[in-house]
Amino acid sequence: MKQFLTFVQKEFYHVLRDRKTLLILFGMPMVQILIFGFALTNEVKNTKLMIVDHAKDLASAQLTAQIEASRYFEIEKSVSDHRQIEASFKEGSVKVVLVFPLHFYESLLHENKSQVQIIADASDPNTATTLINYLNAIIQDYATELKNPLSIPYQIIPETKMLYNPQLKGAHNFVPGVMALVLMLVCVMMTAVSIVREKETGTMEVLLVSPFKPILVILSKAIPYLLLSLVNVISILLVSVFVLDLPVKGSIFLLFAESTLFIITCLTLGIFISIKTSSQQVAMLISLMGMLLPTILFSGFMFPIENMPIPLQIISNIIPAKWFYIIVKAIMIKGLSFAGIWKETLILLGITIFLLIVSLKSFKIRLA
Amino acid sequence: MQPVIVSQLKKTYGKEKSVAVNNISFSVNRGELFGLIGPDGAGKTSVFRMLTTLLIPDGGSATVEGFDIVKDYSAIRNTVGYMPGKFSLYPDLTIQENIHFFATIFNTSIEENYYLIKDIYVQLERFKNRRAGKLSGGMKQKLALCCALIHKPTVLFLDEPTTGVDPVSRKEFWEMLRRLKESNITIVVSTPYMDEASLCDRIALIQNGSLLSIDAPQQITAAYPDILFAIRAGSMPLLLRSLGKYPKIKSAYAFGEYAHASFNDAAIQSEEIHHYLKGEGFNDIAVKKTEPTIEDCFIHLLKN
Repeated sequence: MKQFLTFVQKEFYHVLRDRKTLLILFGMPMVQILIFGFALTNEVKNTKLMIVDHAKDLASAQLTAQIEASRYFEIEKSVSDHRQIEASFKEGSVKVVLVFPLHFYESLLHENKSQVQIIADASDPNTATTLINYLNAIIQDYATELKNPLSIPYQIIPETKMLYNPQLKGAHNFVPGVMALVLMLVCVMMTAVSIVREKETGTMEVLLVSPFKPILVILSKAIPYLLLSLVNVISILLVSVFVLDLPVKGSIFLLFAESTLFIITCLTLGIFISIKTSSQQVAMLISLMGMLLPTILFSGFMFPIENMPIPLQIISNIIPAKWFYIIVKAIMIKGLSFAGIWKETLILLGITIFLLIVSLKSFKIRLA
Repeated sequence: MQPVIVSQLKKTYGKEKSVAVNNISFSVNRGELFGLIGPDGAGKTSVFRMLTTLLIPDGGSATVEGFDIVKDYSAIRNTVGYMPGKFSLYPDLTIQENIHFFATIFNTSIEENYYLIKDIYVQLERFKNRRAGKLSGGMKQKLALCCALIHKPTVLFLDEPTTGVDPVSRKEFWEMLRRLKESNITIVVSTPYMDEASLCDRIALIQNGSLLSIDAPQQITAAYPDILFAIRAGSMPLLLRSLGKYPKIKSAYAFGEYAHASFNDAAIQSEEIHHYLKGEGFNDIAVKKTEPTIEDCFIHLLKN
């Protein structure tokens, strides 16, 4: 036991004395979560909008006020000249233009309907679609508010409710995704590299010719990274709660337990890579290409798995990050208990046990 | 029982079965300083790795302290000390931490076996809080020796411990090994430096995976069959060419600032060679009889 503790202590020295490792270990998760949480959201905020108001009546003024009140749009300027529209688009000073025709309010009152024109800069089609949807929603809202309930006999208004994430916050998706990504990277790469480093520097040779059980070498390498990764989980959660305003709805303890399971999965994966490779570069490359890419592609946090061709959907099932992503989303955002995620947990456990057995089987007690 | 017995040991590498160690046999006596002497690529490291259970031989067998190197590998790992050719300590740990780590791994403590490493450790003590990676080559090897010794092994395997170390540190290192012998530790050491061979009790000369000769260094040099001359005269390439043309020549090769030459005529005298070289147009000629070194013997054995 004393041997084991000394070994673990030595591993901590390695980690804490290497600034680069420390930076990757603790800097990267923070940077990633902040970048994903703030910069890389697919929300469109504060778009410049131009109003061309030919009506200048009560309704156009009210609608303009409502648009201005939303945080999606910023009214750049109001003009009454059509010819300025094209110039403004070309300048790039506005993305959307809303045109009120003459007699806007009058026709609304008398004919029960009226028209507005929305012109959008569709050089970026996704943004344009999103903007038009936002604008449509505001206009519909206003129309419903205004309408005389007696005048229209039947109306079907689809009422959409965004469950769990009513404001459609981007961070909701990214925090579980980044957690999976960061743990994957840190655990797999760091353990793989740290074991292979012993092979590369020749210290493994000395360790093998000692009474210390080779398998304990591996275990004592994994423990510091397990602890450090749990610190990472805590820091990611702190950032998500206090900086990104994303509370954990479910049980924190359950979340930690599941994270620990996933960390162990990643550690065994790292150990497996380290057994199969003999240089730090190769280990790093395999961890990056073999782990990072599938995690981004197949975990479902960047690209929806449902839209993928069937073969890729099948492949996605063997990616541990996919199951962890589902679990974290369920606990953090939906607030589910263990009953809701036992199946995913079981799959993750299965993958871990499989990897552990394969690693132990292929571990060499000799060189070559 | 002899602590190391090697019989017909063989090792090949790769698909093409290139032979690294070719049916070698030797044994080492208790408390002996045994040297495996040979150039780079002769198979020294392969022998060491097989004896320390890191590689499985392709043929033959060997025992260390009576334990079979394949079957009883864990027993051997408990008893021997091993210092690989490459510096194999943790560069980011201090001297103190490295020794402490290896002591603990071997289930012992620095205090328990301090008397064994004391001589070496006092030289390192001034730097005990310095990281191992920041030490000089000689210091690194002394530290590695401390770490290999700390668990009081009965057999110590040192693979090229003085390669890349300056001459003064090399000398110090060998003095330490001689002192360790007094603690009755059997030491098997390999080196490519022929001049270190005479410091061993017995040596085995190895080349291309085969042993050329096993004996005490004095016996090996005594077995040199010819009279050896050290000759110096002007430029070495011209001298070697002229000696090569001499009818009685057996072998001639550069050896430091002298050329070492042996002749087929056992009765040949310095004056005769001197005379010949003068006739070849050399000035400032020096010819003297010299005692053969291990290197001369090695070259002689290689030729036959």
